[in-house]
Parts: sequence; C-alpha cells; structure tokens
Amino acid sequence: MSFITKPHVVHMEMPANQLGLTMRDYEGGMSTLCAGCGHDSISSAIAQTFFELAIPPHRAAKVSGIGCSSKTPAYFLRGSHGMNAVHGRMPAVATGVSAANRELHVLGVSGDGDSLSIGLAHFVHAMRRNLNMVYILENNGVYGLTKGQFSASADLGATAKGGASNLQQALDPMLVALSSGGTFVARSFSGDKNQLVPLIKAGLEHPGFALIDVISPCVTFNDHEGSTKSYAYARDASREIVHTDFVPHAEAIEVELAPHGTTAVTMHDGSQILMRQTDSGYDPRDRAAAFSAVVEHQQRGEILTGLIYLNTEAADLHQTNQTTAKPLTEVDYTTLCPGAQALEDLMAGYA
Amino acid sequence: MAHASGGVNDFAIKIGNVNGTGSASANSLLMRSIFRMGVPVTGKNFFPSNIQGLPTWYEIRVSGDGYLCASGKVQIMVAMNAQTYAQDIACVEPGGTFIYDSSWPREKMFAREDVNVIGIPLARMCNELYADPRTRILMKNIAYFGALVALLDIDMRVVEALIQEQFGERKKHLVASNLEAIKIGFDYAKEHLSCPLATRVAPANGTDGYVMMDGNTTAGLGCVYAGATVGAWYPITPSTSLMDAFGAFCQRFRVDKETGEKNFCIVQAEDELGAAAIVLGGNWGGARAFTATSGPGVSLMSEILGYASFTEVPMVLFDVQRTGPSTGLPTRTQQSDVMAAAYASHGDTRHVLLFPADPGECFEHALAAFDAAERLQTPVIVLTDLDIGMNDWMTKKPVWDTNYVPDRGKVMDRQALEEAAEFHRYADVDGDGIPYRSYPGVHAKGGFFTRGSGHNEKAQYTEDGGDYVRLMNRLRRKLDGAPKHLPAPVFKQAEQATKIGLIAYGSSDQAVLETLDRLHDEDRHLNYMRIRSFPFGRDVQKFLDSHDQIFVVEQNRDGQLRTLLLNELDVDKRKLVPILHFDGMPLSSSAVLATLQTALAQEIAA
Repeated sequence: MSFITKPHVVHMEMPANQLGLTMRDYEGGMSTLCAGCGHDSISSAIAQTFFELAIPPHRAAKVSGIGCSSKTPAYFLRGSHGMNAVHGRMPAVATGVSAANRELHVLGVSGDGDSLSIGLAHFVHAMRRNLNMVYILENNGVYGLTKGQFSASADLGATAKGGASNLQQALDPMLVALSSGGTFVARSFSGDKNQLVPLIKAGLEHPGFALIDVISPCVTFNDHEGSTKSYAYARDASREIVHTDFVPHAEAIEVELAPHGTTAVTMHDGSQILMRQTDSGYDPRDRAAAFSAVVEHQQRGEILTGLIYLNTEAADLHQTNQTTAKPLTEVDYTTLCPGAQALEDLMAGYA
Repeated sequence: MAHASGGVNDFAIKIGNVNGTGSASANSLLMRSIFRMGVPVTGKNFFPSNIQGLPTWYEIRVSGDGYLCASGKVQIMVAMNAQTYAQDIACVEPGGTFIYDSSWPREKMFAREDVNVIGIPLARMCNELYADPRTRILMKNIAYFGALVALLDIDMRVVEALIQEQFGERKKHLVASNLEAIKIGFDYAKEHLSCPLATRVAPANGTDGYVMMDGNTTAGLGCVYAGATVGAWYPITPSTSLMDAFGAFCQRFRVDKETGEKNFCIVQAEDELGAAAIVLGGNWGGARAFTATSGPGVSLMSEILGYASFTEVPMVLFDVQRTGPSTGLPTRTQQSDVMAAAYASHGDTRHVLLFPADPGECFEHALAAFDAAERLQTPVIVLTDLDIGMNDWMTKKPVWDTNYVPDRGKVMDRQALEEAAEFHRYADVDGDGIPYRSYPGVHAKGGFFTRGSGHNEKAQYTEDGGDYVRLMNRLRRKLDGAPKHLPAPVFKQAEQATKIGLIAYGSSDQAVLETLDRLHDEDRHLNYMRIRSFPFGRDVQKFLDSHDQIFVVEQNRDGQLRTLLLNELDVDKRKLVPILHFDGMPLSSSAVLATLQTALAQEIAA
C-alpha cells in the first residue's frame, strides 16, 4: 500500500475555496491504515477544515509522534511541512516549531499511547505553557502497530480482542487536560464530522492549546464486543454537551441570526465560536463544572463529547514570553547581533 | 621545578570555607585585584553538590609566566573551615603559609615545622563590630581578604576601585561596609604580622587583551552573537549557567526598549527529552535553536540526536561535562562523554563534536557550532566541561569580527522555491552529500514530510533496501566531508625534530602547555596537536603517521578520544599511549608532568 501514489486528479466541477484551491489540494498521500480506520475519517475532517477556512496548506505545520495516528499527517495537507517525529515527543517538537515561527498553524496529531504513556510529560507541559496549537488525540484505547496491547486510555474492565481484561485505571485526556491548564478541551468521535469539523475550526482560532480528543475505533484490534472504544459503543454512549459552530471573521455580521440558546465567544481576530448547549445550564467556561460533568458522565458509562471547557483569556507561550509579534525566523540577523561596540562595552565589565 | 614554587607572582593560594557563607565574593575580589595588577591569574572552585554547610575550596593560581592551569601545589592556605583543618594543613607545600581564624586557637593541630602558621582572630574582631549573625559571617570573609591585601602586597587602590564598581552608586552603603571589613583584616595584619610575605604579588603587565570569564558565560554570549533565537533546556549542573547567561545577554541586547518585546524565546522544558525535541522543532522551523546540558542529559537526548542526524535537521548542543557515570560527582569535572556524544543514539550514527579549550574559545566555537550544524544539516555537540564552564579563567577577550555572516547552509528561500521547477528535500544536487532544505511557511513548493522512517530523495516513505543503503551512504559521505567546515587542530611544534607526539583536547590544554615547557627544561621534546573537532580531518591522520609514539592526555578512565582515534583512523594501537587523569579535579600541570615523566621513562626502558 505504501508505494501507491494517490493520483492528483481535479474534477472540473469540484468547488474551489477563496484561494481557488479544491479539496484535492488539501488531501495527502494514500493512507496505509486498515480499511475503515477511524483515523482516516479524522484526516478527511482536517483536510475539510483547512479547505473551508481557506488556509494555504504551506502555512500549516503538521507534527506527530509514533503510532497509527501519527502516520496520518502524510495523508492530508500534502503541501504542508510535516514531521513524523519521535514517539511521545511531538508536543515538545511543536513547542520548538511554534517558538521559531509563531505564525504557523501548528497541528499536532497523536494517539493515546503517544500522548498518555510515553509522551505524557510532554503532553501535559505543552498544555501548561498554553502552546498555540491544535492537538488532535486519536484515541482508540489500543496499540495497533504492535498488535493490540491495551493503552493507558483503555477503560478498567474493557476486554481485548483475545479476551484479556484491562485491570488498570484509564487516563481520561479530558481530566488530564482540565488539571493541566488546558484552555480548549473538547472531545468528539471520528464518525461524527458534523461535530468534528467545527471543533477543529474553533481550535485553530483558539489563541492557545486546543485539545480535541477524538474517539477513533480501531477496526482491527478494538472494535469488538466488550471494547469501550468500538464504533458501536462510542455511537451509543456518546453524549454531546455543547455543540460548537464556528463563524469566521468575514461572516461575523450574520451571527445575530444564531438560534436561541446559543452563546457566541468572540476570538481575538474577531471570528466567533457559537456554542449551543444541549444540556441546559452547562457553562463550558466553568472549569469546576467541566470537571464534574466529565466525571459524572463517566460514572454513567457515557462519553461526554463537544466543547467541554474553554478559556480564551489565558496567555499563550508567546504572550507569557513577550515574544516579538513577527516570527523569530523573520527577525533580521543585524537586529539579533549586538555588534562590535556592544561586545567591547560588555567586556569592560570582565576586565 | 621552576613552576609555582612560591615567590613573587608565582604561587597558588587556596581558601577553605563552608558552602553558603558568601565566600565567593571575597574570593572573586582577591582574584580580580591580582588580575587588575596585571598579573595572570586563574581560579578553580571546588564545591560540593549541596546548598549550604559542606566544605568548599577556592584555589587561585598566580603566574607571572602566564600559566593558566592548576599547578597542583598550594603555597598559601587560608583555612576558614575548622572541619577541614587537618587536610588543609597537609596540602601546603614545605615553606608555605597557613592562615586560620585564631578566635579559637588550635596551635597543637598545626604541628608542621616546615609551614608558617598565622592566626588572625577574624571571628572575634567581626563579632565585636557586627551584631547580626549573617553579617558577621559575610564580613569575616571580606576581613580575611583584607588581611591578604596586606600579606600579599595587593594594591589597595585597585581594591577600592573594584568595590566601587561592584556596588556602585545604587548600593553605596555596601561600599562603606565592605571597605570597613577589609580594613579590619588589613590593619590587623599590618600591626601584628610581617607584611608582605615573600610569596606575594607585584604589579606586571601580563593581562592586556584578556578578561576574566567562565566558559558558560562566553558560550551563552556566543549564541547571542550567532543569532540563536530559541533556547530550550532542563536544569542540570554544570550547564545551567550557560542558558542563564544566554537569557541575561538577550535581556540586555534583544529586548525592544519601547515595547518590551523580545527577539528570543527561552523554554524551560519538562526534561532533557523535551529540551532536545524543542531544539529539533526550532531548527526545523527555521530558527537557530540550541540547548545546554551535561552527561545525563545527553543520554536522554540521544533519541532525538539520532532522529536529527537521520532526518538532517541541524541542532546545537552544549555538553558541559561532569564526572560520570550516572550522577557521579556532579560538581566535578571530566572529559568522559566523548564516546557517548560521538555515537549518540542507536543505529549507525555519528555526530560532529567541537572541543573548545577555554572560555574565549567557547565564544568562537558557539558560532562555529551553528554554522557547521546548518552547513552540514546535522547535530553539533560542543563538549566543554565543568572546569571550562564554571571556573573563572583569564582568557583572550572576545572581539567581534564585523565581517561575520552566519552560514545558514543550503536553504531554498522564497525566491529560490519560486524559481525552482521542483524541490526534492533529500536530493544530492551538488554531489557533496548535502541536500537542500526549506523552512515551513515560506512557499507552497517548499513542503515536504520529515520522517525518522525510511525515506527517499523526495522525502517519501520507503522500505526499499536500495533506497535505505543509498541514504546511509550519502550521510556517511556528508560527515566524511565535515572536517573542512570545522575548527582545525592547533599544532605546537617542538624546538627540535622529534618522533614523539602528544595529543590533548579541551581543558587539558593549559596543563599540557606548561608540562611541555617543563619537559623542554629537561631537554625532552614533543610535538603537540590539540584536537578541536570530530570527525577528524586528514591533518590528524598525518600527525599519527609522522610520530612513532604519541601520548594522548585525557580526563577520563578509558581513554575515550584514543578509542575514537583508533576506531576512526589508521593507527597502531600500541603507538597511542594513554595519559589519564579522572579524579574530577581540574587537570594540574604537576600531575601531567609526573605521569608523562614516568611514561617516558618506561618507553625508553622498553
């Protein structure tokens, strides 16, 4: 499969975005994942998001770790720089990329093994520094490439394909994020593009770390009865708490038409996130409430989805650092180098 | 022996104290006063891995001849820590001087006929003058400095000027109180002791063009001048002050005065894995990014180093080596990461190494490291050590070459991409093994996918054996061509033709230079090559070829550079004689001389 090049054929009738690009320009190489893998749906949702927002592909930087999920950045946005990095280290790599060039749309793709085991420290600390990136955690509760071991997100008592039962507590990325300073905490399901695409859009606009945990069933190793990350289980147990829609800056005037019960949050560039509460009284800006909501649904055997927590006021890495507004990569060397006289003056203090 | 024998401008003074009592400022005053009098001087700090309460020593070598290593012999001992009196009196050379705080007399303890024991009631005098316990302790240190000013004949005008500069207008009251404490010791010495000692300081002019700096400071400064904008690190002794220095200089030179905006971004990472990954991402993103660490950090960073080497992303690492393995002696020096750094990571990996010998060279090598990393698109590890990094050296003053332009290597910029028909990240267009790279965000034609798995010239995934072998051979060719982009060895030819050679690197240089002079006094002649980088160039092979016997001086147990020479070059193993010192102390000339004399005698006997 890996040697097949996907033909770049553009149909005449394919719609183009504001840049004159079609969906083809936002796709990537042929996926080498199993047929029916949830991850492929997520790749397609990411491509659709960038297409609809008309972001030039080369303005995005895709980073990932190791695992099935981490392979996927090769399967969308072929015009972007991408880096399939080292197992678990993606959030730190992303930190470096964003530090160098703050104008890039940094998109991280990871899995539950990558984020919740080997890379847990990096995952948590990227949230602590509120790195401006979208972090998609493709969560299937299982190690696929090594043939089906439980991951840290496998639920207590969930069974493996071979019948073994998971005897350890699960790490819920939502609870990890809420306790680590995550400022955009969302969950979705790979099979629900209507929920996922607006969440990715809102995440891209969010001025900080946007985590989207996407339940993405593994058709080969974790889609059987007894699995709590299967298509059937996720469809049945998924409870959307806040439906998000996203309105780009250019269309903001029409926001007034938003339906009753919708809260609009204006982002720093003027675009808006529209949040429709499906449970009455839930406020995603209340961190304590978000925490309880996740835990309560968990206790009922339900998976809470939607935008669970949002804080647009927290300073991101560059605001905290007071980094110059333009990318550091574009600051002239003559500005960076203090020069001969400065060195001479400085050395007087060491004589 | 002619060196450090005690006398005018030729001695070592050692001060024994307790960690956390503020002795550093007294020691720094002493050293800088002597330096300001034009006398070459160097300081070595022996400190414990502890914050307060354990013994600490500071050793100052005063050398009118300009020898900048530890001599290994102490002529004057200032013992301010009763816990270590026994070992402190034992280390004084015959004919030397031992000074202690006689507020609590201990004459019986110092039963050495051949040492001049001087008691000064420092604590008693300070207790009479100061009420606050903390002030008493701090000022006691300044008071012994005052006594030394009298005993060593240090110019009081130089001392006063230093105190003024140190505290200045803002802390005027500290100027007065420090001068007062100096006077306590000074007056006592003048009144009760025979001043000056025969071992003393006399004004000279041996310090022009030099500064007193440590290598972590100069390396941090070098990174500023190299145009580095992203620094990522995890705290570890003895490297921490390197990133601190980078931050302090950036704060001074890289902050917009009106807006407060910074032209740099320093991230304290969650661990060394993260620090290396941030540096990887920063360089991949188009910045000059670097980290500073020590041995244990290099172990963790190995994973990323292998990735960067295979995917051809530049990285710069400073490894300020300490005594390993494991936690080892974390506040002592060593050169024991050579092998770990050269072949860091699994698979067939090899990395570029630089070996600066002193703080002045750390500044130059910081620039060389970024240039080489970007030219060769590979990690460059600058191997310094605790001795270079944390001790104050008299070192050549860094001077800025205004013609310097950073070598960013082969980069397809916006215009080049616009004009190019197509861009293939790993194509060896020029036949030198070095491909062209592009930064993200620049141009639609520049996009490519970086992966640690098999990849072909177009950066596409491949598991094809032929593609893999082609890539690995190209990487080898690339590194084989590295030496011309790296600092070349420094040679010191013996006065007489000889077939005996000596190889050293890094902080061993000063001890070796002095040792060669002493051997010259004995009419023994050795050619010296100081290696400054790896992979080794042809000149290194030539040196091996043109000598029958070569001593390799190193600060580790296993002769790691020797191993590297044997592995990488063509040389008879028996020809390379290891000269090893690895007790964690800065290499002293007397130690090297003694080992070399023994080795030479054995070689002749054989």
